[in-house]
This record gives sequence, structure tokens and C-alpha cells, in this order.
Amino acid sequence: MRETSKFASYCKRTWPLHLLLLPAFLITLIYQYIPMLGAVIAFKDYKPWVGILDSPWIGLEHFKYLFTFPDSKQVIQNTLIIAFFKQILGVLVPVLFALLLNEVAKTAFKKTIQTLVYMPHFLSWVILGGIFVDVLAVQGGIVNRLLGLFGAEPIFFLGSNDWFRATVVLTDVWKEFGFAAIVFLSALAAVNPNLYEAAEMDGANRWRQTIYITIPAIMPIVVVVATLALGRIMNAGFDQIFNLYNPLVYETGDIIDTFVYRIGLEGGQFSFGTAVGLFKSAIGFVLIITCYRILYKVADYRIF
Amino acid sequence: MRYRSPSYKLFAICNYIALGILGLLCIFPVVHVFAVSLSSRAAATANIVNFWPIGFTLDAYEQTLANSHFLRALSIGVMRTVLGTGISIAVLLLAAYSLSKPDRKFGGRSAYAWYFVVPMLFSGGMIPSYLIVKETGLLNTIWALVIPGAASAYLLILMLNFFRTVPIELEEAALIDGAGHFTTLFRVYLPVSMAGIATISLFEMVAHWNSWFDGMIYLTNPKDYPLATFLQSIIGKENFQEAGIQAEDIANISSRTVKASQIFIGALPILAVYPFLQKYFVKGIVLGSVKG
Repeated sequence: MRETSKFASYCKRTWPLHLLLLPAFLITLIYQYIPMLGAVIAFKDYKPWVGILDSPWIGLEHFKYLFTFPDSKQVIQNTLIIAFFKQILGVLVPVLFALLLNEVAKTAFKKTIQTLVYMPHFLSWVILGGIFVDVLAVQGGIVNRLLGLFGAEPIFFLGSNDWFRATVVLTDVWKEFGFAAIVFLSALAAVNPNLYEAAEMDGANRWRQTIYITIPAIMPIVVVVATLALGRIMNAGFDQIFNLYNPLVYETGDIIDTFVYRIGLEGGQFSFGTAVGLFKSAIGFVLIITCYRILYKVADYRIF
Repeated sequence: MRYRSPSYKLFAICNYIALGILGLLCIFPVVHVFAVSLSSRAAATANIVNFWPIGFTLDAYEQTLANSHFLRALSIGVMRTVLGTGISIAVLLLAAYSLSKPDRKFGGRSAYAWYFVVPMLFSGGMIPSYLIVKETGLLNTIWALVIPGAASAYLLILMLNFFRTVPIELEEAALIDGAGHFTTLFRVYLPVSMAGIATISLFEMVAHWNSWFDGMIYLTNPKDYPLATFLQSIIGKENFQEAGIQAEDIANISSRTVKASQIFIGALPILAVYPFLQKYFVKGIVLGSVKG
């Protein structure tokens, strides 16, 4: 009896809170959790006209196929290489930029630079894809024209297997470094100015102050950001690659996500595409959980 | 208090120059395309336009704005942004209010919180998501673009952190006056959280305006495409049939200046809200993403 009344009083107290959560709960259930269950079609021979439940189980057939499929190795390799360089530079460049910007004394200059470098983050890869296709064109693209002034041969940035990965990595760093620097800049702003004054009195120059005060001060946040970046090593950036690549550079530029789209959705191989996607999600999930565990132990970091 | 040695001064000068160049590098592609869009077709084809229009003309914009395909996509893009932002904000505010309650007042809060976070870490993938949108009958409707993503976990966490900064005294005063949760949310929380609401609204607007992939997979008829998807289908890929464009229009659309004008119009709303956005996102990022 007492248990019931306790439960009843809990319900009486909190039902409005549950009710307020209901819309978000249902949307997440239907469009996030049910697709997770729907991923069972990776283990089935799914036919749209038969339905998910009635399609026959075929076990790991699609995963076996994935590892024997001639393009798979290339696609996985491309994904890892592109993502690896994006994540490394995606941490290093913002840290370096934040350190340099922190040395700027004039607030107006600082603000202007920030306004300029944060901007590309908000433009989509559709817009930027259109812009880069124009700017990086072999025939008369402005970048090749500028390089031409220094006597360089025109470079086929988006159509040559020698250049495609570098172009993708650099344009991504270009888009995101400013925005990624925000957390480092706020960490730098939080450093106690007394530390610098004391160091100056002891005769430490600015370089030494940077080595012994500034860098140790932002190190914890750099570790957090770098570890979280490690969890994204399977994400080479679908939006960007899809808007920049073309059949000429499939060899170096085709990544797991674009492959899933072409084979699975365009090619109608729903089950195989799902299997490839699931393979990627599973590895990504393990990596992210590992990263969070490390951070929780090392830096007492929590998601919320 | 800055160190004043000659070598530091030299470094400072180089630093200003380097950062200045870096800043310009971030806008130079956009400025170039803008200059192309305002140049004469001959100058654009001859590849002589740099950062200033040559043979200034608004022809490209006139053509773009006279193109019914473009205008239809533009209006669908606006509609999807308004509708999507409205629905998301409603869903997020209600949920964030509940989740902002401390555990002792709302047992089960952390279970809900994990429930919303798990999909950030693991997803069923592109194809099962497509299948469920199809099964729930949203395929080929604008709802496919606004419902599935309406409860973004990232913005939910951001908003609940904003709500947590509401002074507890305000809420207690309301409770003493006999207000329930609904009254507290609408009369106490919302009026003092306008900065937070502005932040997540701007994020939602930008996300909806930029979003193109959902349009591409959930809408089969190119006539239903919002602007971002429409631009995706005509830029780069040059797949005109897919965009439902007649052969006689191709010559006009494929012209470099017209393409540049379409890109620029696509980017314009983002550039326009960007100053407001900038006011809020720094705070939002620090509040929402990394807490030590």
C-alpha cells in the first residue's frame, strides 16, 4: 500500500515534467531509436516489398561481402587518412591561432579577426562547394591564377588523385579552425593576469611566459578536445566530400559515408549499405565511449 | 604590462600581419564569387575578375530572380526554415525546462538525459532513417525536413544550461504564489531566457537553411526541393535533369555569373544573421560544449 502511495505522489508531483518531455521523447524514439532497431536489416536480405520483419535472416553475409568487396579496403583507407589529418590539424591549427590571437593587444583588431575567421563555419558545404569549385578551377580559377604569378603549373585540385585529399583537408581546416579556436580563446582569457606579472618581475620574457604559463593553462582543454577528436576518426565529412568529389577522384576521395549513399540509397542495396554504415557506427561508438571513459578518469570530464 | 623588448615588438608586428592575412583568407573566396556575380559575363568568362567586379552589372541577379525554379526553391527554403525553427524551439523549450530541474526535484531526470544523449553517440545510419521516414508517411512532404531533427540533443543541452542560470528564488516565489510547472515555464523562465532562446533559434535557423541532404533523399520531385537542395543539384554536379530544368534554361543557369549570383543569394541570409549569431554563439559554445 505504501509503495503505491509513494508512486502516486511521485506521479502527482512530476507528471507535468513528464508531459513536457513527451514531444521530444517521441520524436527521438521514432526517428533515432527505431532506426537503430531498423539496422537489423544489415543481417537480413531486406526487400522493400517484403518488409523488414518478413525478410529472411542471412547472418553476417553482408559483412563478409564488405570485406571481400574490392572497393572496401580503399574506402576505409580513404576515410581513415582524410579523417586523421582533419582531426590532427583541426586541433593544432586552432590552438596555434588562439595563442597568436591572444598576443594581440588591440581589442578592435582582435574582434575584427574573430568576425572574419568564424564566418566560414556557418556556410554550408553546398555553398562552399560551389565557391571552391569556382575558386579552385584548373582553367582560370583564381587560386591557379595567383599560383601562376609565381610560375606554378595549374593544379587540378579537385580532379587529381594527388591533390584531392590535401584539398579536402585544407579546405575543412580553413572552414573550421576559427570556430574551433573559441574554446581555446575562452580558456586563454581565463588565465590569471597576476601570473604574468609575477613572471615578468622574475625576468621571464614573453616566450618563456608562453611556455611556462599560457600553454600549461590551456593544456587540459586541449587534451579534452584532442581526445574527443579521436572519437571522430571514422568521420571524414560526408557533406564536404559529397559536394567536392567526382568519379575522377573516387580512388582517393571516396569515403564510407559517400559509398553507403551511392551503393545503398542510389543503388538500392539497402541491406548492404546498412551493414557498411553499421560497421562504421559501431567502430565510432566504441571509440567515442573509450574517449569519454579516458576523459572521465583523467580530467573528470562529463558530457552534462 | 606587455613585454617591451625589441624582439617582442618585431614579433608583434609580424603577428598582426599574419593574422590579418589569415582573416582575409577566410573571406576571400566569398568576396571573389560575389565580385564574379556582379561582373559582366564576358569578364567572368575571360577570368579577369579578382576581388572587384569588372563591367559592373546586375544582369545575373535579374536572371536568377526571374527564374521560377529558383524562386520556388527559395520560398520552400524560407518555409522550411520558419516551420522547422518554430517546431524545434517549441519541442526544445518544453523538454529543456523539465531536464533543467535538479535530480531531487525530478527523479528520472538523468534517465531522460541519457536517453537523449545516446543518439548523439550511435545512430542507425542513413538507410534505416530513410526507411522510417518512409514508413511514417513523411516522404515527399515538408514534414520530412522538419520533424525528424526537431529534438536536437545538442541544442537541448545548450538550452537546459541556459535554464539552469535562472535564479532559483524566482521559481520559488512563483511556487509560493501557487503557480504550477506550466505557469512557471511560461511566466518565469521564458521571459528571463530570451538570450538563450535567441541563441538556439539562430542555430536552428542556420541549420535549416543550410540543410540539403534530407531534401535530396526524402523528396523525389525536384520541384519540392528547398533552396539548399536545389543549389546542390545544380552546382558542381551539373545535373540539370535532376533539378527539373528545361534544356533552354541550361544555357542561362550554367553561366558562371548566374551561378555565382545563386551561390551568393544562398549565402546571404547566413551572412545577414551572422552578426547577431556572433553575439551569442561564443557564450553558447562555452556553456554547452565544454564544461571542465
